[in-house]
Amino acid sequence: MSVNPALLSESPAQLDTPLRRSLRTFLRNRSAVGAVGVVLLFVLIAIFAPWIAPHDPNDTDLLRRLQPPVWIEGGEWTYLLGCDALGRDLLSRIIYGSRVSIFIGTAVVVLATGIGIVAGLLAGYLRGWVDTVISRLVDILLAFPYLLFAIGLMAMMGPGLENIILALAYKEWVIPCRLVRGETLALREVEYVEAARAVGAPAWYIMAREILPNILSPVIVVSTIRMAHVIILEASLSFLGIGVQPPTASWGSLVADGRSFIMDAWWISTFSGFAILALVLAINVASQGLRDAFDPRLQE
Amino acid sequence: MMQPDSMPLDARPDQPILSLRGLSTSFNTYDGVVRAVQGVDLDVMRGECLGVVGESGSGKSVTFASVMGLIKPPGKITGGSILLEGVELTQLDPPAMRRLRGKRIAMTMQDALTALNPSMTVETQLCEVILAHDEDIASLPRHQRSRMARERAVEMMALVGIPSPRERLQEYPHQFSGGMRQRIMIAIALACKPKLLIADEPTTALDVTIQAQVLELIADLRSRLGMSVVLITHDLGVVAEQCERIVVMYAGQVMETGRTADVIGDPYHPYTRGLLSSMPRLGDPSTPIKPIQGMVPSLINFPAQCRFYSRCEKRQPECLAEIPMAFHADGRSARCLFSGA
Amino acid sequence: MNLGKFIERLLHLVPVLLGVSLIAFLMMAVTPGDPVEIMLGDQQVTEEQRIALREDMGLDLPLPQRFGHFLKNAVTGDFGISYFHRRPVSQVILERMPATIELTLVSLLVALLVAIPLGVLAAVKKNTLFDRVATLGSLMGISLPGFWFGLLLILFFGVTLQILPVSGRSDLGSSIAPVTHFLLIDTLLVGNLAAFRSAVAHLVMPALTLGLPMAAVLMRVTRTSMLEVLRQDYVTFAEAKGLAPMRVLFRHALKNALIPTVTVAALEVGSLLGGSMIVETVFGWPGLGRVVVESIFTRNYPLIQASILLYAVIYVLLNFLADILYTVLNPRVRL
Repeated sequence: MSVNPALLSESPAQLDTPLRRSLRTFLRNRSAVGAVGVVLLFVLIAIFAPWIAPHDPNDTDLLRRLQPPVWIEGGEWTYLLGCDALGRDLLSRIIYGSRVSIFIGTAVVVLATGIGIVAGLLAGYLRGWVDTVISRLVDILLAFPYLLFAIGLMAMMGPGLENIILALAYKEWVIPCRLVRGETLALREVEYVEAARAVGAPAWYIMAREILPNILSPVIVVSTIRMAHVIILEASLSFLGIGVQPPTASWGSLVADGRSFIMDAWWISTFSGFAILALVLAINVASQGLRDAFDPRLQE
Repeated sequence: MMQPDSMPLDARPDQPILSLRGLSTSFNTYDGVVRAVQGVDLDVMRGECLGVVGESGSGKSVTFASVMGLIKPPGKITGGSILLEGVELTQLDPPAMRRLRGKRIAMTMQDALTALNPSMTVETQLCEVILAHDEDIASLPRHQRSRMARERAVEMMALVGIPSPRERLQEYPHQFSGGMRQRIMIAIALACKPKLLIADEPTTALDVTIQAQVLELIADLRSRLGMSVVLITHDLGVVAEQCERIVVMYAGQVMETGRTADVIGDPYHPYTRGLLSSMPRLGDPSTPIKPIQGMVPSLINFPAQCRFYSRCEKRQPECLAEIPMAFHADGRSARCLFSGA
Repeated sequence: MNLGKFIERLLHLVPVLLGVSLIAFLMMAVTPGDPVEIMLGDQQVTEEQRIALREDMGLDLPLPQRFGHFLKNAVTGDFGISYFHRRPVSQVILERMPATIELTLVSLLVALLVAIPLGVLAAVKKNTLFDRVATLGSLMGISLPGFWFGLLLILFFGVTLQILPVSGRSDLGSSIAPVTHFLLIDTLLVGNLAAFRSAVAHLVMPALTLGLPMAAVLMRVTRTSMLEVLRQDYVTFAEAKGLAPMRVLFRHALKNALIPTVTVAALEVGSLLGGSMIVETVFGWPGLGRVVVESIFTRNYPLIQASILLYAVIYVLLNFLADILYTVLNPRVRL
């Protein structure tokens, strides 16, 4: 996906108009707007978890062990979705689990995008040995299957929240980097960048003020898509037991907990996994809408 | 009821081979309805070369894409009649239309490089049209069909002037030069000897020297095969040389028709006049080139008025209404209230 | 393509492979925990034996030298001894690889068989109900967490309906002589239909779990590519020739439209390998993926290291293959 050079002959301040046009297109897409609403809902749930959750997620009560959801015999309204093997309220654990997924997802994507943008700009604009080194590194990192690499890194660093974020970010940055590098390469040759160079503007200035604003829109679109991937990856790591450690509940580890009881207490795995599906699907629909609205090709 | 493709070709020789009356085609886009072609009347007589001239967006290509039945949603023919040798094309179902395409009426496109499938040999692309339409070959036993089709393919390649046709059949389009590719495209279009060829911008993608060759080829084939040709182009020079009659289109409507010499020598419509004075003339270097001021208007929800109004020097308040075609002597007509006699 | 270019591209692989090996090596070399301790476990050994073992494993050498040894060994397939299995790592890998490869290949097949017809139809029937449903389906497919989907399948087909087995590779597999080590083929070779059916039944859910998300991705690629191709001039010209729509679709459009699908599929096999770790865990599939996951908990670093290197090398080679494939299939690039 490349930025239309014709749109760039205006200076960044005037990019308002294509931006507004894209926003309008996006807002016309009802399912995408709905999806954004769902995502915001999850974010709110995550932020206000302590106030929303009916119970303390770590509150064990062996009397309620494997209690079914309210609509099945043996369930109660106060424990809406039932309880897990230690009698902890499933709904509360799922609510608190949203914090893990959203926090990790956001942190990884923000970190990776930041690094990726810088690396991509440097590689694409400065070229030469900087580009060679960075591109090689990107190629090498891309060769490792995502999950396996993250697992290897986790084995190296040990469990823990910061380590998960780092482990995932270590591979994630190559994706925005590749994109930014490609866009930068294309933009180097555009007239007003050449003009800035001719006037003697230093490299960092050109990269920051001229090129960066123009690559932001594809980068944002890709980042939202990647957020969905990262959330599933974190859930997978937690499912395998390598991710977030107990007592913190990640949706992935909740599914794993429920796995042993899949025959007797199917609700544990089902609802936790469904939360993942709902959030990720919403992110994907929203990012699809973003892509459709902001794709420069469609703006012609 | 006679099948359209078995209609005798020499029926009623004084009638036009193709006759459009009130043809309208529209596209339903997100932003509104685009009336790309509106109320087009035109005739193509047997054996003649008709030039259809206009800038991009004039509707000239869409008109003939409609004739060929190639308009797909969100576009559709919204009205009018298309008579090809007496057969009403707008009433045909898709299989019947397919039988005519390539066999009675054929089309070539602007760029042979993109029109030819890059992953198929020339032989395949030539033979498939022969095998699809030719009844003589179809009636042969299977193993003979491809051989006969290949013979015909070689004939066609030779006819359009490709050297060593038999050997070059196996090659791919990208292995030929631009001019050769155009010839191959023409060979494919004419493989079943259609009576009408629609050549859409046949010279635009070529350099000047090749342009002349291709035009010569088309003229030669026209007389040899006794077919009619519609030359769609924005290049008045091409039309002036090759076409007996000319149709000028603008913004989806026919603005002027008539014999080429008449129209170019003494244009009736302000747009035609504008076109002519915006072209450099070899014999008259002192006359200034005057471009037509303004731009082609958007065709979305266009109001009922003269479509050239915004750029016309002679515009009057009466022009803000639907302008009918005014018919004049010698088969000339112009869609203008002020076309001189 | 000519030989020169081929060799050139092949040579480009070398630095990447080297870099991959370096990272695989470093990852494990820098891990906390003393390999000797882990390997010995609870065994009581004297200090001299400990030192001897350390020397034996080359742990006292400086890092660059260790890397050199690692490379040399890797090329000959020697990855050391698996702490857990007390056997050479390469042996363990060779034993377990066929199961993973069989699962991966079948999943790939499932993905292609589902994605290509759906993608083509969605493009041809653009914006109709079919297209919208298919697009929604593919969005769902990429949003599904694989491990959850697998569990749901187990819940539905295994527990509730009880028509499919929920774990393992086959109930009758032990009686089959391993020729290719692929159960599907070996059972047929011997003519044991009951065993074949059992192998297939065990494959259904894992292959669906691994293959459907990939099908979702491939379907979108196919649809987009098909739409692009259908807009091309040569498709219009083919229609202008009056050819039957089936012929236009299959002979003109499809061949060119599938090129991106095939290349993306080749690239995505790498992610299938990654995903196999999860699927094998969920379904108790006796493949390499499950061993890798287990190795993490047993801190069996040689095996993890070897697997990372192996998967990475496979991925690099697949990329290379996809590159070549693309060049061969795309007639314009052949110029």
